[in-house]
Amino acid sequence: MRKRTFLAAATALFLAGSIGSTAWAADKLKVGFIYLGPVGDLGWTYQHELARQALVKEFGDKIETTYLENVPEGPDAERAIEQLVRAGNKLIFTTSFGYMDPTLKVAKKYPNVHFEHCSGYKRDKNMATYSSRWYQGRFIQGQIAAKMSKDGVLGYIGSFPIPEVISGINATMLGAQTVNPNIKVKIIWANTWFDPGKEADAAKALLDQGADVIMQHTDSPAAMQIASERGKPAFGQDSEMIKFGPKVQLTSVMDTWAPYYISRVKAELDGTWKSEDTWGGLDTKMFQMAPYTNMPDDVKKMAEETQAAITGGKLQPFKCPVVDQDGKTVPCEGGDHLSDKQILSMNFYVKGVDDKMPGK
Amino acid sequence: MELAEAIILSVLAASTPLLIAATGELVAERSGVLNLGVEGMMIVGAACGFGAAWLSGSIFVGALCGIAAGTLMSLIFAIMALGLAVNQVASGLALTIFGIGLSGLIGAGFVGERITSAPHLYIPGLTDLPVIGRIVFGEDAFVYFSLALIVGVWFFLYRTRSGLILRACGDNHVSAHALGYPVLRIRLFAVMFGGACAGLAGAYLPLAYTPFFIPGMTAGRGWIALALTVFASWRPGRLVIGAYLFGAVTILQLHAQGAGIGIPSQFMSSLPYLATVIVLVALSRARTGGSTAPAALGTVFVPDR
Repeated sequence: MRKRTFLAAATALFLAGSIGSTAWAADKLKVGFIYLGPVGDLGWTYQHELARQALVKEFGDKIETTYLENVPEGPDAERAIEQLVRAGNKLIFTTSFGYMDPTLKVAKKYPNVHFEHCSGYKRDKNMATYSSRWYQGRFIQGQIAAKMSKDGVLGYIGSFPIPEVISGINATMLGAQTVNPNIKVKIIWANTWFDPGKEADAAKALLDQGADVIMQHTDSPAAMQIASERGKPAFGQDSEMIKFGPKVQLTSVMDTWAPYYISRVKAELDGTWKSEDTWGGLDTKMFQMAPYTNMPDDVKKMAEETQAAITGGKLQPFKCPVVDQDGKTVPCEGGDHLSDKQILSMNFYVKGVDDKMPGK
Repeated sequence: MELAEAIILSVLAASTPLLIAATGELVAERSGVLNLGVEGMMIVGAACGFGAAWLSGSIFVGALCGIAAGTLMSLIFAIMALGLAVNQVASGLALTIFGIGLSGLIGAGFVGERITSAPHLYIPGLTDLPVIGRIVFGEDAFVYFSLALIVGVWFFLYRTRSGLILRACGDNHVSAHALGYPVLRIRLFAVMFGGACAGLAGAYLPLAYTPFFIPGMTAGRGWIALALTVFASWRPGRLVIGAYLFGAVTILQLHAQGAGIGIPSQFMSSLPYLATVIVLVALSRARTGGSTAPAALGTVFVPDR
């Protein structure tokens, strides 16, 4: 018991210490953020932080922002969110899937405060959700990867086998198959979002086993850096990682939350904030593709054309018929493509993935 | 064969930071001090080591700064746990939390920068030997140093008088004190050695493993080193087995996944822990039939004056 008390006390101290320092003023709108990692992670949290900075630039002294970084998912998150409420924040962004239930709990307790939860599916009158259609970017990456791979074997580092990551793998494969129907993918699950050493080891293992393009769905630039060392093309994740692979990064799906954050804060200031579900694609600029680099002009042209087609709504990555890896056609619930619900709960591999899904 | 070579090279790289950090902790614990701050000392070593290497352009300077930073961190712990006789568990945990925050602050200016990683040994002829060439003669300096370090620690603990005295302090500080040995001073040196090793182990990550710094990049390796010390029943030989076994299973499970053998990845990810615990526990039961923890481990010592 004693140990646990220490831990709890220590965590509380740590949380208290990590509040970004801001001076309180009475008439400003206070906007709070809960971050999963450190703001300097160069990935997921960093991109949210960039968007927060964009808010400050946009609204100046009309708003006041505060963030808590390194907040673990789970019960601690609830305390952290409540802390932001008590400090007078009226609009609170909780920026990781695991904050879903804690956010909902606090939202029920404080009906006058507005909450925005990233990448979850539970909503309430005062709790909106937002996420991005990253799979669109993955489809483009799949096409590029298939063009760039000499041996037709892609290496994919996954974090956890959750629908978001699985739909990413599937979109990659569907994109790749438009170029090379026999493309193969090797998948390694790191079972972590962030462990540079392990991500590097996974990248090494994939390359040693004959994969010649590296793609990742984990957060650090470690895999990119290994690919760079070995001179093999790779894709960044969450943010621009070209610095870690100047000669090998092909592109990167970059989270750019600023436009969304600005529109939501504006709504809050105007008194028009409503609880909504926003799932932004390439057309909303909630994520963007990093410049297409280190590839021949024809590949670049293809990527740009695909991007334009997806942005314009002419191309659906999950266009029916979608066939799963056992050869069964997946029911088509969204007209001529899979419905959002099907993509958000995806738990099967598409045909061509020669790997068993963990736990299936 | 090429694949086997690649796997072994990855295993050595993955195991080295664990081995270095655990060696330091082993010495500290053998003197009777439980320092749970390994993770914190490592991450500060990583931040300072990377910063110094980036500014100076020298991996060696980086490694030295990592060692210095780890030692300074351990001194904070020593002031609390030895000087003020504060509970060791509490001060160790505090050190880790402090270290994680401090490293973020120190490293903030270096995030996103790159360095060239530590060079690997190259001896014409020997390094080119098939299969074993690169494994035996083509490592970076950290790998060779970690092996020399553990042999040195073994020799010190079991073959020198000073080592015997250090172990005596860990087993019964009252008797050691009664015999006239400066228990607190010996423990201070042991804690500083532990800090130096943790700092070096931390510095290894951004200097040789993944040559950039990111907050939190130790990702729990300090805790694994702590656990290894315990499961190796505080013996240098078993520590080597434990560290390399852990590294080996970590890398092998990644390869097994890549090869698509169809065992759930969640289970595979837990394998390194399972395998290491089972092997080391079996080893210690077969040889000694029970716990060999230093008897005074974790207890506070206040000399009567």
